Amino acid sequence: MVPVDYYIILSAILFTIGALGVLIRRNPLIIFMSIELMLNAGNLAFVAFSNMHKSFNGQIFVFFVIAVAAAEVAVGLALIVEIFKTKKNINIDEMNSLKG
Amino acid sequence: MNSELIVFLVLSLVAVAAALGMVFSRNAVYSALFLVLNFITVAVFYLLLGAPFIAMSQITVYAGAIMVLFLFVIMLLGAESLAPTASLPWQKPMAFTLAAILVVESLYLLISRAKPDVVVTAPDIAVNSMDNLREMAMTMFNQFLLPFEVTSILLLVAMVGAIVLTNREKAGRK
Repeated sequence: MVPVDYYIILSAILFTIGALGVLIRRNPLIIFMSIELMLNAGNLAFVAFSNMHKSFNGQIFVFFVIAVAAAEVAVGLALIVEIFKTKKNINIDEMNSLKG
Repeated sequence: MNSELIVFLVLSLVAVAAALGMVFSRNAVYSALFLVLNFITVAVFYLLLGAPFIAMSQITVYAGAIMVLFLFVIMLLGAESLAPTASLPWQKPMAFTLAAILVVESLYLLISRAKPDVVVTAPDIAVNSMDNLREMAMTMFNQFLLPFEVTSILLLVAMVGAIVLTNREKAGRK
């Protein structure tokens, strides 16, 4: 018997850790992983609410979020590889111009 | 204190510790492995919440496919740890302050406004039955058929985009 609030609180804490990672890290790969962590925290809240309302809609939304995250990772990592090939460096501070 | 609450508290400690380890470890490979640990604990939370299908998708898609892609790119680029550059002195304190404000605000709003007065009980055996999955599939393919098809197009576009991006030189040479 776990109150559903606890899951929501855990989700908020995980989301904040992800946001903190985006703010303090310079490595774009770790920033990307932090974004995945934030998506995951959102998913946890969705499943908790789905359990609370005894409805499948939340779970189906999580399924879509997982699919979108997979697509996002494929394109994002391709972009990072491409930036690395052009600049020989992936420090986020160097990425200040759109032109290669 | 019941056993479910103990499982929840221990697992949430593991999840938060893995998330912090992901953000603060110096080596990007360790970060990726910490994130895998976090994804697996979240999958166990899904099982506790009675969503076995989502839990298994989480493990196969997130902990399996996505993180392998991450590890592959980290090792391909040799980006385990970047050379330290001149950092802004106010960046870290500012980030911690903003994160503290975010967590306090969101917890205050969630606890004071949402107030879901519901307890999650242990999922019964019916959750693991085929009927449960069938019902979920019926919802997905009746009520959410259009989003499902749009997702398939999104995945196709992402695949084409990734190939085009990483294959740019060859296209330019023609």
